[in-house]
Amino acid sequence: MKKFLALAGSAALVAALGVSAVSAQDDNVIRIASQSPLSGGQSVLGVSISNGVRLAIEQLSGPLTDLGYIVEYVPFDDQATPEVGVSNAQQIVADPTILAVIGHLNSGVAIPSSEVYNDNDLVMISPANTNPLVTDRGLPTVNRVCGRDDLQGPTGANYAAELGATSVYILHDTTAYGQGVAEFFQSEAEAIGLTVLGFEGTEEASNFDAIVQPILALSPDLIYFGGIYNQTAPFISQARSAGYEGLFMGPDGFDSSEFASIAGDAGVGTYYTSVAGPASIYPNAAQFIEDYTAEFGEGPQPFSAQAYDATAIALAAIAAAAEEAGAVPARADVAAAVRATENYEGLTGNITFDDNGDPEIGLYYVLQVGSADPDEWSNNELLATLEIPSPLMAAAMAEATPSS
Amino acid sequence: MSAESLSPQRRGLLDPITQSPVWQRFRQSAIYRYLLFPIGQIVIFATFAIVLLTVVAYIIAILYPEPRPNINLLTQLNIQLPGMIISGISIGFVYAMIALGYTLVYGVLKFINFAHSEVFMVGAVVGFAFLNFLLSLGVIEVWNPIALVIATVIISAIVCGLLAVIIERLAYRPLRRAPRLVPLITAIGISFILQDLVRAIASFTINDFNLSYPTRNLDFFKNPIPMTFGDNEVRVRVTSIIIIIAAIIMLVILNYFVNGTKSGRGIRAISMDQSTAGLMGIPVNLMISLTFFIGGAFGGAAGALFGLNVGTVTPYVGFVPGLKAFTAAVLGGIGNITGALLGGLLIGMIEAYLNGLLVYFPAIGIRYTDIITFGILIAVLIFRPSGLLGERVDEKV
Repeated sequence: MKKFLALAGSAALVAALGVSAVSAQDDNVIRIASQSPLSGGQSVLGVSISNGVRLAIEQLSGPLTDLGYIVEYVPFDDQATPEVGVSNAQQIVADPTILAVIGHLNSGVAIPSSEVYNDNDLVMISPANTNPLVTDRGLPTVNRVCGRDDLQGPTGANYAAELGATSVYILHDTTAYGQGVAEFFQSEAEAIGLTVLGFEGTEEASNFDAIVQPILALSPDLIYFGGIYNQTAPFISQARSAGYEGLFMGPDGFDSSEFASIAGDAGVGTYYTSVAGPASIYPNAAQFIEDYTAEFGEGPQPFSAQAYDATAIALAAIAAAAEEAGAVPARADVAAAVRATENYEGLTGNITFDDNGDPEIGLYYVLQVGSADPDEWSNNELLATLEIPSPLMAAAMAEATPSS
Repeated sequence: MSAESLSPQRRGLLDPITQSPVWQRFRQSAIYRYLLFPIGQIVIFATFAIVLLTVVAYIIAILYPEPRPNINLLTQLNIQLPGMIISGISIGFVYAMIALGYTLVYGVLKFINFAHSEVFMVGAVVGFAFLNFLLSLGVIEVWNPIALVIATVIISAIVCGLLAVIIERLAYRPLRRAPRLVPLITAIGISFILQDLVRAIASFTINDFNLSYPTRNLDFFKNPIPMTFGDNEVRVRVTSIIIIIAAIIMLVILNYFVNGTKSGRGIRAISMDQSTAGLMGIPVNLMISLTFFIGGAFGGAAGALFGLNVGTVTPYVGFVPGLKAFTAAVLGGIGNITGALLGGLLIGMIEAYLNGLLVYFPAIGIRYTDIITFGILIAVLIFRPSGLLGERVDEKV
């Protein structure tokens, strides 16, 4: 740990010196920014995103350095807070050398911040934002390499039916993310004939005794909780000790080793869907995990490999645009080059953006918690992988089918 | 919890009994004053809250027999009733134990100690730390679970009692002659300091501030007790039962302390008139420290019991229960110990019933629980500004 601190300290020092040294000769410096929560309750995921970006820049900026550019990385801490994200975004767009942003972790932060990027033609590639609105606004600069909640929720509902559940009870945390994904789960569940016994939102974070009572009385086969692990894990632990015997399922908000440590034994067997599996499930990511562990001293969290891919796409697009322009490219050209990305073979799969910036084919995973030991989190069993086309792509395919 | 308050000096049907020498002697006996009376009071209050809310619930069930297709509210109510009652009473006792801290301090110093919710939080965190320590020693599975609970509650109570005394000494005593608003502001300041201090300690020691009680994986706490109520088999959480028993024991002890000891008499004297009590030779500062110790100890014990029940606590876990408990203290009549008990039980029960029944009214839903709870509070305060058992405002409580 000490060694790591010393390294980090000297790296920061070098970076600071480097920044002051190159600021004099700005014309061949290209910067890539990242925005994710580096402090606070979700920093485990945010720091891992930032690390993924750093690793990608170290490993993949070759083409740009060959062209004579210096690639630098500037991480920002959005604190998982919309106001902070937007104010960072204003700082980012004010720096003309920043040509791409990788971020955010939270959809609620990404949506307002991306308005600022878009006004300044700055391209954003998101490793983790699943809310449909992130790309459905049709902004030319906004892209993501992960899936969407309006497909993730239904994935869960379909898998619940596959597990043999006939009745479900749905809870959500009243946030845009939790309620959104729960509503998509609900509409699909109703469409495929599951009985929805209840749909409730609660901000209660610790004492679920009273909330569990009607659920026990209704005794659903499965409880779906659209929310983040720090709320859902205590709920699961209490519902079990109150005598609930059915199944639990949730969205990718469950996906953190903290879930296992909070829920304890009660969490074992919980199903969750994800747009980003643990890096270990991707066949191409073995080298990434090794490099990441060697550099940062611990394994990558979910979304880290996605951040790596997002950065790789940004670097490739900048290189293409720079080659075409013969100089540091304009931001709008970079954004166009990112959107034009086709069949990029990343760690997490093959990525082609549709006209809204969604991957044409999104990958959705169903996993099951295997152990109450948080260190075993990355060994959770992958039960199913689904390839689902983005809404634009699905519409295009539906249009193509009848005409042919 | 003075014995006089529940026995009005009116003429009534029971006068031949209540005036008889046997009854009078019985009323003076220690068993009645320190055991039967407080327990009877708790039972009466709990029964009152249960009957009141159950009647309201059944009226609603008769008015809306089928709020949602395929749901018979009456049937659901029958199934849920025991579970709602037990969860309501257990959280109600937690609120009542926290509310005692607010009300005791208000009684002697006439100000609201807003840092009390964070004392409760510290209790929950200390309980975690103690159990985690036992876990690291490897004895947690060896100890008798009951002994485990008793040790945790006592340690949390002592730590939080001392913490409350220190807070009073550092943040309130220097300001005792200042306007009322000033200690209120320091109280809010203290609560922020405590939150972040606990968070910092948790981050530095175990690098995590979701603090999960190791007991949640022990069989004794994990498995519900099956019970039969009529035709329904109901599962009851062990921790709910623990809270109820522990709270009753502690309230009996408090009643003895306040009404049966010299120190308790001192505290009551100070709450009536501080300066006169001082002139009579009562050590005012010592009694105020003692009041804070008792309030803090109850808050800490409530925190540990709450932690055992919910399984995971954070440095921010105190805010919501603290607010509800403050509400309970006001509802019962702030400054009145019996009122805190009644208010806590009522708020807990109202919450449990709303959470249990609003599910069947999709247009409202359980997210409106707090709104309705506080609506009831406002309605009660409009008609009884000093709370259910509070005395008139112009009198000292």
